[in-house]
This record gives sequence, C-alpha cells and structure tokens, in this order.
Amino acid sequence: MAKEYVKVRADFLPDGGIRPLMFRKEDGQKVIIDRVLDVRPAPALKAGGQGIRYVCRAEEKVFYLFLDRERWFLEE
Amino acid sequence: MSRVILHVDANCFYASVACLYQPELKGKPVAVCGDPAARHGIVLTANYPAKKCGVHVGQAVWQALQCCPGLMTVAPDYGLYTHFSQMMRKIWLEYSDRVEGFGLDESWIDVSHPDMTLEKGVKLADELRERVRRELGITVSVGVAENKVFAKLGSDLKKPDGTTGIFPDTFKEKIWPLPANQLLYVGRSTTHSLRKLGILTIGDLARADSQVLKRSLGKNGLMLQAFALGLDASPVMPADMDAAVKSVGNSTTTCRDIATVQDARCVFSLLAESVAARMREQGLKGRCLSIYIRETNLARASCQTMLRRPTYLTDDLIRGACTLFEENFKNRLPLRSAGLSCSQLTPATAPCQLSFCGEEREAERREKLDAAVDDLRRRYGHNIIQRGNVVLDKDFSLLSPKEENTIHPVPFFAG
Repeated sequence: MAKEYVKVRADFLPDGGIRPLMFRKEDGQKVIIDRVLDVRPAPALKAGGQGIRYVCRAEEKVFYLFLDRERWFLEE
Repeated sequence: MSRVILHVDANCFYASVACLYQPELKGKPVAVCGDPAARHGIVLTANYPAKKCGVHVGQAVWQALQCCPGLMTVAPDYGLYTHFSQMMRKIWLEYSDRVEGFGLDESWIDVSHPDMTLEKGVKLADELRERVRRELGITVSVGVAENKVFAKLGSDLKKPDGTTGIFPDTFKEKIWPLPANQLLYVGRSTTHSLRKLGILTIGDLARADSQVLKRSLGKNGLMLQAFALGLDASPVMPADMDAAVKSVGNSTTTCRDIATVQDARCVFSLLAESVAARMREQGLKGRCLSIYIRETNLARASCQTMLRRPTYLTDDLIRGACTLFEENFKNRLPLRSAGLSCSQLTPATAPCQLSFCGEEREAERREKLDAAVDDLRRRYGHNIIQRGNVVLDKDFSLLSPKEENTIHPVPFFAG
C-alpha cells in the first residue's frame, strides 16, 4: 500500500495535544473526521513509518492517520 | 541495596528503522551503507537475513554484495535514527532519571530502588521490549544485571528481542565460558594480548594472575579482571548530566586520496576550521593538538604536540597541524582519511600568561577575524567564505566537516 501524505486541518489544544478535524486526500476528496477513537504512538506496518497514530472514524469507516514528526500520512 | 541495571540495545538499529519505513524490504537481506561514491562505502548495519549470508558491519559494500548478491542497500538517514533514539530515550526516562546513552542505539538504565530485585528488573525489561515493539515498531534486546558491564554483556546474548538476566549466583556458569572479547573494552588488540597469556575466555581472565595481567596490560588489565569478576561499580550517569568535554576533534574520509602535501594542508585547514569554530562556540581553548592519519591500506597513526599557549584560533591549529604532519607523516602519503583534535581544554575566559613579544595584538586581530568568519557562516552557511587553498580544490571544497558531524558513542568512563 502506497503511503499517502495528506493535508490536515486540526485543533491545537491548550494541553499541547492535537486533534485532527478533517483531511484532504491526494485526489482532492475532503474527509471530515467524526470522532477520534484512539491516540498513541505506533508503527504503520502497512504504509511504512511510525508516528502518533490517530484512529479516526469518518464516513462510517475507520482510518489510521499518522503524524510522523511534521507530516501527516494516511493508512486505510 | 544491590543495584539493578538494564542495558538496552536496539537490534540492527539502522536497518530495522530502514525496513520499518520501507515495508517492501521486510524479510529481505538489507544493509544500510555509506555512499561508495564519497568513499564511505562500508556496511553500517545489516539486518539478520543479511547477516546470515555473511554480511557484517565495516565490510566494503562490494564485498557484502559478493557474500549476498540479493542484498538491498539503503543510504543512511541520521536525522531519522536520531529521532528514534530520542523516542526510545523518552520511554526509558519514564522509568528512571538515571539513563546513560551509549551511541544512538544503546542505553543503560539504573532502575535500582529498595523494592527492586533483579527478577523484577527482568520483568521490567520485558515490559520495555514490548513497549518499544508496540510503539516504535522495532525490537530491542535487554540485559539485566547488578553492574553496567554484565548488563551490556547480557543484552548481546539473546538477539533479537530478548531479555537476559545475569544473577550473582549463576553468573560464573553463564558468563565465564564466553570468549574474552565479548567483554566491554576487550577489542582486537587486547584480545591478541590476552591470547598471548593463554587467556581465551572471560573465566580465564577472572582466574588469571593479576600481576601478570598488570605487567602485560597495565592498569587496564586489572580493570578488565574486575569486570570479569563482576566488580564494576561505575555509575549510570543521570540523564541531565553532561559529561565535561575533554577534547574537541573531527576527522574525515576524503572523496579522493590525500596524495600531496598540498592536499594534506587543504584537508587539515578544513578540519582545523571546524574544530576551532566548535571550540569558540563552546568557549574553550586547547593546548594539546593531535593529528591522526589513515593510510590507503587502512594502517593508522597519530601524533601530538603542545601549543605555546591555549588557543581556539583557526590559524594556530592549521599551522600546528601542518607542521606536525610535515614532520611526521609526509612520507606516508597517500592517505585515505585524516583527523585533528584539541585537548587539555580550558575555559576561554581563564587568565593566561601574556607575551612580551607583541604577539597579543596579532592574536587579538586574528580573533576578530575568526569571529567575523563565524558570524558570516552562521548567517549564510559554511561555504559563504572559504580559504584560498580549499577553493582551488573542487573535491575538498565540498566538505563541510562542521555540519557533517556523526554521532559516535561517548567513552564508557565519563569524568
């Protein structure tokens, strides 16, 4: 599975946390995140890489959104 | 209270991180290698499938490809390895503030506590391994013992992803049959000296006559025997304690051989510039100047001299290094690499004996010049201003030794 870097809009919380609100895929499709189910550091075994993994629910599907240093990527 | 020390060693660190970022490499023989075009073409780390084919660290890339024709070679990404090293360190710091790094991929963690036992230490080590695997996606091996030397030895025994406890009542059965070179600080030359004394295993070293060891290896012989007996009492340096800097140095393997005295002057100018700039940055002056060379057949040599007074001036270091080179190593050209370091450091603000011969004004002038060069480089990059002899040589002018610093393990004994 190719690694897809995505454009993300997020809230930067007062406690230093980051909550992604929506992301835009490479093909331009906009996905609004309904809920963040889990946040923890984890490896991206399919897409390759590692980062803070946000398990997000959007459009009735679950996405893994990773923040690897300054960049966000997606693992479906 | 007996100590409980963990030594954590990331398995095939560079290669594991490379495979994590390129999942298509998983299961294939992989080696992270320096750039052969820049003559840094050696294996830096190989993963287990590559090691099975005979690939090992320090081997030339062409040799590695001969051992293992399907070997996938990957260029190193030090920024990424440093990031992983910091993430691991962050995990260790959750368990103890006494964490001492040894290179990017190894750390000692002192988890001693009145309630802590070696058995609990082993459980904790398993927890750390599990966390690193789950959070970072790489594996580590952990050694648990009452001292740093045995903990390090333990982390080498079960690879990958294993915990080894070394207990005081069973260490003789476990450790003593191992070859002496598995012990920290027993390198190639010490192994050779020990072999001449008939010492092949760690047990032989422990049982050897200490007078014989002292005669042959000096006080290091006694230190190694103490290590073998489990008597190492060196502390794990706390995380926030920076070891005092003892020397500032730099070395480089040039992209082509250093063939002439002119080439050597050029390389030593570059190295001296970087070392002097770092000393100025850290507010230190040095009195003892050492140079180091490596010939094309990989033979090494070094020599040193005392400067007239402590200095951090680029010109002083260049002049000193070139004189040392011409007096000692002129006949050993061509060279593959060269290095320069300055020790016997004192703070730049320390009082110093002034000279009657008017040298002070000249030194002051050159200090201003160096400050101006530092400022220019800080603002516009290293190559904004260069020495004439360096500019004339296209191969060497591309080197920027100050920026291209690699991180090597700090010595075991800080202080």
